[in-house]
Amino acid sequence: MNFDLSDDAKTLKEAARKFLDARAGPSAARKVMDSGQTHDAKLWAEVVEQGWPAARVPEAHGGLGLGADEACVLAEEIGRSLAPVPLMSTLSAIEALLIAGSAAQQAEWLPKLASGEAVGVIAWAEGPNSPLQTPATKLEGGKLSGRKSPVIDGLVATVAIVTIATPDGPAMAIASLEGVTREKQDTLDLVRPSATLSFAGTPAEGLGTAADWVKLTERLAVLSAWEALGTADAARDMTVAYAKDRVAFGQRIGRYQGVKHKLADMFIKAELARAHALHGCWAWEADAPELAQAASAARVASLDALAFTAEESVQLHGGIGFTWEQDCQFYYRRNRLLAALIGSRAHWSDRLVRALEQRNRAAA
Amino acid sequence: MDFNDTAAEAEFRAKVKAWLAEAAAEYLQPPAKPWALEDFVTRSKAWQLKKFEAGYVGITWPKAIGGQGLTPMHQIIFNQEESRTFVPTGLYSIGLGMCIPTVFTHGSPEIAARYVPKALRGEEVWCQLFSEPVAGSDLASIRTKAVKDGDEWVINGQKVWTSFAHKSDFGIVVTRTDFDAPKHKGLTMFIVDMHAPGMEVRPIKQMSGGSDFNEVFFTDVRVKDTHRLGEVGEGWKVSLTTLMHERLAVGGKPRNAPGYQTLLNVANSLETDTGPAIQQTDVRNRIADTYIADEGIRLTQMRALSALSRGQIPGPEQSISKVVVAKTLQDMSAFALDLAESAGFAVEPGSDLEKLQGSYMWSAGLRIAGGTDEILRNIIAERVLGLPGDLRPDKDTPFSQLKPL
Ligand SMILES: Cc1cc2nc3c(=O)[nH]c(=O)nc-3n(C[C@H](O)[C@H](O)[C@H](O)COP(=O)(O)OP(=O)(O)OC[C@H]3O[C@@H](n4cnc5c(N)ncnc54)[C@H](O)[C@@H]3O)c2cc1C
Repeated sequence: MNFDLSDDAKTLKEAARKFLDARAGPSAARKVMDSGQTHDAKLWAEVVEQGWPAARVPEAHGGLGLGADEACVLAEEIGRSLAPVPLMSTLSAIEALLIAGSAAQQAEWLPKLASGEAVGVIAWAEGPNSPLQTPATKLEGGKLSGRKSPVIDGLVATVAIVTIATPDGPAMAIASLEGVTREKQDTLDLVRPSATLSFAGTPAEGLGTAADWVKLTERLAVLSAWEALGTADAARDMTVAYAKDRVAFGQRIGRYQGVKHKLADMFIKAELARAHALHGCWAWEADAPELAQAASAARVASLDALAFTAEESVQLHGGIGFTWEQDCQFYYRRNRLLAALIGSRAHWSDRLVRALEQRNRAAA
Repeated sequence: MDFNDTAAEAEFRAKVKAWLAEAAAEYLQPPAKPWALEDFVTRSKAWQLKKFEAGYVGITWPKAIGGQGLTPMHQIIFNQEESRTFVPTGLYSIGLGMCIPTVFTHGSPEIAARYVPKALRGEEVWCQLFSEPVAGSDLASIRTKAVKDGDEWVINGQKVWTSFAHKSDFGIVVTRTDFDAPKHKGLTMFIVDMHAPGMEVRPIKQMSGGSDFNEVFFTDVRVKDTHRLGEVGEGWKVSLTTLMHERLAVGGKPRNAPGYQTLLNVANSLETDTGPAIQQTDVRNRIADTYIADEGIRLTQMRALSALSRGQIPGPEQSISKVVVAKTLQDMSAFALDLAESAGFAVEPGSDLEKLQGSYMWSAGLRIAGGTDEILRNIIAERVLGLPGDLRPDKDTPFSQLKPL
């Protein structure tokens, strides 16, 4: 048995951690927030130079041909550092092409996404729906019409994977965003700005089947779980450091059990989520039938860990935690971004039970 | 990543499976009704001897003391396969899991030679005489007194919550040998004969109804100095060996305990005011949450196993196991009983709900035994996250002068 990340992935994780420690983190996030930029362009150029967008792209298309493990550790480190770059969106778009792209579509887009020439996003949200609810957006005669909002990283993207209505349920199209109307859409996360994309006869191509979209959502559930874990760990580390330092009633607050037990619970929730995130990573890499179950559990467990950690981090900082100047807000806000990224906790909780029911039926 | 055995592991697993299919033939189904204590003891002894003769006891222990000299992976594989059956377990988990490792780590070679083989065969049952009426979580505050008399010690005092003391032949006991030293410094550990003159064991009825644990009274019980484990005054250090093994032993979900699948089955069989239980959002949420806890712990153990199979020490994530398992079992059981409305309250022997009533009762004990939820959270916060320890005003004062704040 080897239920652990590959050694290569661990090496990449170390390298990514070091790289991002030096360049990203809350203060870099704050700069983007204050400046109103779409992202940290300098950091993005360096990330591209590191070859991270190319991680999952096959070598034949100019990529590194790495596995799910590597994508997951990158997500974790991006989550930890809050890096204001569209890497996760781009990796998500690449995953869509890997699952559903025709040879021609892959040849057209993968090299550009790997080299950073193109920035990808997933555009599925249309208001209070779920990723499995049929969208209003349509692809007819090679033209896309509809409105997607909020599209995270939508201001910087150059190509979008867009969900469309089909008789089989939601499926995907791929469209260059050249000439597409985009407006900034304010959201709770001030570091990774979102857009409203309006498609009005935009040239686009269908991308795979409705089942491919379901599979993509599962992989993105795993990827987002790793990102959430990284964010939760960073928030916890920051709070543990504060609890070791802050004094009240003549003691470090970290000595009080009311404080330390909350921190222990953050650890417990994160480790449960990590076990499921690893399971999801395994199922993704192995293309195993357990993916539906593992991905759902990873998503729900990681959102629980992050929500608890982000909320209690503010609480354990006291008044300073509620200020604009303190960094708690980044984790608190990012928690909402990740919660909305690819279907809510409630959506995935139900998908988890459906996956278990299906497994039981298959076994019976 | 893969969940597959290596070739060598697969071979061992196949061997174990084949052996169990025959040796445990009468235990392939759950017993029609729970065994009475005497029956359980007789069956446990017979099963332990069978295992011993087949070479499946003390799997990771050195060959020199009668173990098999194999790896933790072998032990885990055996446990996994054995847990697919319904063989009687539990009688030896304290003795072989905690007491005997303490005996062979801290006892003389002669003592190990006397006690280890019989424990392995299941001929002698052991118990752990640590907790007292005044001291459980705060083990270092025990008061049972041992006084040196020639080459013997005389023990007086009382232990409590001692699991299976009434079925045990020997025990390891923490005593205080120096009342003028600070609390951690005056302790000494011994092996005691549970049938020695002056020992009295009184079973305690648990709130769940059964009597697995006991009060144990010591009145001038004499123990030879050869039966001391570790140096005089080093009992705290010795007890840490036991507790370390305890945390390993009571880690995962108890065998055959109900889990998310039980809740799923119950939900499938019940109607609520607003339709089938399985279609209710709160029910589905709870199934998902229970799956996340149950499977999360199983997968966390897989992570530990992977480290072990590479010869590494598992990471701190192991420490979350019991806190999660015990409370999840309690919450899930209560939720499932609620779903059944008053049928979850009425006891019908042999029903699925009865099993959940049982787990609702004993999960309350699981949250206390082997370190309470609160103590385990302290351990995670202090040892894993490095937070400062609780203030311990009694740490440096001579034990005899302590006054509670
Ligand atoms: C089923 C069962 C089997 C057992 N078997 C054995 C056995 O075989 N041998 C043996 O020696 N013992 C055994 N025990 C005893 C067990 O180890 C103790 O009950 C346990 O350690 C708690 O100690 P206590 O009962 O004295 O409770 P206390 O330590 O008095 O605790 C009471 C409450 O105070 C809390 N508390 C205590 N200290 C702190 C602190 N520092 N911070 C926060 N909260 C605190 C506890 O969490 C608990 O909620 C068994 C117990 C049970 C329930």
